[in-house]
Amino acid sequence: MAFKLDAKIPAGELAQKWSNHKAAIKVVSPANKRKLDIIVIGTGLGGGAAAASLGELGYNVKVFCIQDSPRRAHSIAAQGGINAAKNYQNDNDSVYRLFYDTIKGGDYRAREANVYRLAEVSNLIIDQCVAQGVPFAREYGGLLANRSFGGAQVSRTFYARGQTGQQLLLGAYAALNKEIAAGTVKSYPRHEMLDLVIENGEARGIIARNLVTGEIERYGAHAVVLASGGYGNVFFLSTNAMGSNGSAAFQCYRKGAGFANPCFTQIHPTCIPKHGTQQSKLTLMSESLRNDGRIWVPKKLEDVKALRAGTLKPSEIAEEDRDYYLERRYPAFGNLVPRDVASRAAKERCDAGFGVNETGLAVFLDFKTAIARLGKDIIKQRYGNLFDMYEEITDVSPYEEPMQIFPAVHYTMGGIWVDYNLMTTIPGLYAIGEANFSDHGANRLGASALMQGLADGYFVLPYTIGDYLSHKIQAPKVDTNTPAFEEAEKAVRAKIAKLMSIQGKQSVDDIHKRLGNIMWENVGMARSKESLTKAIAEIKALRAEFWKDVKVVGDPMSFNVELEKALRLADFLELGELMARDALNREESCGGHFRVEHQTEEGEADRDDEHFAYAAVWEYKGMDAEPEMTKEPLNFEFVHLAKRNYKD
Amino acid sequence: MNFTLKIWRQKDAKSKGGFETYKVSDISEDTSFLEMLDILNNDLIHAGKEPVAFDHDCREGICGMCSLHIDGKAHGPGQGATTCQIYMRKFKDGATITIEPWRSAAFPVIKDLVVNRGAYDQILQAGGFISVRTNSVPDANAIPIPKADADEAMDAAACIGCGACAATCKNGSAMLFVAARVSSLAKLPQGRVEGARRAKAMVAKMDELGFGNCTNTGACQAECPKSISIAHIARLNREFLSAKFED
Repeated sequence: MAFKLDAKIPAGELAQKWSNHKAAIKVVSPANKRKLDIIVIGTGLGGGAAAASLGELGYNVKVFCIQDSPRRAHSIAAQGGINAAKNYQNDNDSVYRLFYDTIKGGDYRAREANVYRLAEVSNLIIDQCVAQGVPFAREYGGLLANRSFGGAQVSRTFYARGQTGQQLLLGAYAALNKEIAAGTVKSYPRHEMLDLVIENGEARGIIARNLVTGEIERYGAHAVVLASGGYGNVFFLSTNAMGSNGSAAFQCYRKGAGFANPCFTQIHPTCIPKHGTQQSKLTLMSESLRNDGRIWVPKKLEDVKALRAGTLKPSEIAEEDRDYYLERRYPAFGNLVPRDVASRAAKERCDAGFGVNETGLAVFLDFKTAIARLGKDIIKQRYGNLFDMYEEITDVSPYEEPMQIFPAVHYTMGGIWVDYNLMTTIPGLYAIGEANFSDHGANRLGASALMQGLADGYFVLPYTIGDYLSHKIQAPKVDTNTPAFEEAEKAVRAKIAKLMSIQGKQSVDDIHKRLGNIMWENVGMARSKESLTKAIAEIKALRAEFWKDVKVVGDPMSFNVELEKALRLADFLELGELMARDALNREESCGGHFRVEHQTEEGEADRDDEHFAYAAVWEYKGMDAEPEMTKEPLNFEFVHLAKRNYKD
Repeated sequence: MNFTLKIWRQKDAKSKGGFETYKVSDISEDTSFLEMLDILNNDLIHAGKEPVAFDHDCREGICGMCSLHIDGKAHGPGQGATTCQIYMRKFKDGATITIEPWRSAAFPVIKDLVVNRGAYDQILQAGGFISVRTNSVPDANAIPIPKADADEAMDAAACIGCGACAATCKNGSAMLFVAARVSSLAKLPQGRVEGARRAKAMVAKMDELGFGNCTNTGACQAECPKSISIAHIARLNREFLSAKFED
């Protein structure tokens, strides 16, 4: 049965939709809020902000995270900044401009109403964070400073050195601590959600594993909020934290939540290149570096050869022999084109043989011009910690020689389908932040992930969830001794027992690396009908191999990292196939999704609005069954669908 | 490169632990310390043995999850870096490396190299926040804050809560951790309002949880992966004393 998707977008003028909607939805009285329980999965910017705000409103909140403290969620690693339409720089920024840049940056594959709301609440986020004591960068006059990020011609990015995500998360974590102290929020660190429990078609709770003791536990609530982040680790090597995974979201998909646009993956252009087979993850170098860094490769192949042979230093290559290919191809935006465009341009040069390291998979990010213009001290102030990190990893000082960078998997725009209220296709189940699909279309602009997580958590969900819970005020506490909880727990125990019983020959990482390789080669920066068909077959075979040959050692009733990883990989092995299927279905190129069959003569993404201006929402039908796809048409009432142009 | 590893193994919080010796070979000098442990663990799994449990997550030095004493030093060799940012080129080929969990009574071992740092969360829950409600705040530029103050607040706010300070301190004191939070908020006008209450509550919680006293050895600052200065401890003391005088 296909989904009946209702995005519940309010009628009326774009700028009035959210105000009208807030006025129309119901609220819950303080006395009734005390009787209602909410579960939040994840403590990053979305989950942390939501749990804190919901607790403050008076709901009983239980918040779960897999790390040892809520403060360690992967939002913490975001470096560069957070966008807001404050127009503090007087450069003619506005809510509309932020909205427009985000819709265009996403290559017209996001909902207008959601994106406008995001831009609208962006300013409140900055106010909120400053009041919490987030030490944003300031100018000498004491007012807030800004910098520029890709896909924008204004300076609207607020930042705290290269640690913006950390500082924003510490703000949300502090708000959460305030509520934990007040007793409205109970925190469950080192707990992992392993299943969603549904009764009478509504989300009623979760099954979780205590990662310290191995106990399988039941938790009931009147609503469940999924804030578990993205699934980029399906590629094994990515900029995500090692523990980041798609399992909580995948359990919801398995239980009937629609999964939208799973193929929309962001490949970030400025990561430290891969160095060898022993590598566990890729390190991001913040997009903010593109404010002052210039990206280039040599013009002459003989220089490339000399670089690889180590007989020539990059700093010895003359200006006229350098190809600043982003400035050449995209004069209006130059080095600050959106991430998908910058990544593809790097790949194009490397494919043409101009890659600058031994593997041929690297380009230069050079600060020579900026150091000459501003002096070393200012560059150090702006990027000192990033330069130090780079030198620590590579043993090369970016003050002396250019950085080497290459694209890497970073963020997933796809995710659980939600309506305007952030509710999934399962009543009572919400998805926020990177876990949902709603705001970034086919490509996310830099400094917008933090904005979305906090917008959803602080300013959207706490209102919209009240509309649903207003119908639950007479509902009793959720009883976890019911057949639905019983069955869900049994299924989780059976899955764990199965994994422990296989005792094959390959470790979880052995198989995960192979999956990552299939994904990167076939479902990565360039996708084709041929590569995607191949990937689907290979992933199926690998999945079968996993269930026959994986080796999970240790005791499941104890702290067991291998079991945690095996459970997550089991889901990645299905999610990878879903991503390939979605990419195969989308016979167009848009944003981060590039089908080689669909490109212009200049090699730019060739979008097909006539046939693909929709969100593809997938419904689970079983591990080896084909999922069913339902379309949510994207109606553009206020912006004109245009080819993205970053040239002039 | 080849290494001999002496690693603390402990089944769980209740069991007695001890050192086990392992060998790893063919390690690239560009491999990170934790990747080296990944390689050891993969070898152990193939041999049907339990891998070594250790905490880690972002592997970019910011989440604060990784936490090893390497050759007796918190976060190992190198200044201003977490364990995940240590690369094998820092070690001599053929070296024997000793790896232990955090050494602090306030951080009990959960398994092998993994410890429970919940005490740090509890200290922050006692008062490490500004009591503002969501959506009940003035415009972000309403209060100008001198750049130097904002910068100093940021210096202190760089703390990642990893626990190296308390694990390194011979008194098991958490003063640098507490000071970083108190000082960061004390430097900002919006944090001043609850300054006295915050300093007293956090110090009281720290004492209650069994952390030791500060005797100004400076070891915490030396081992802090974010190089947080003990000058913040001086500010904490000032905040605490003036709060006490107000009583």
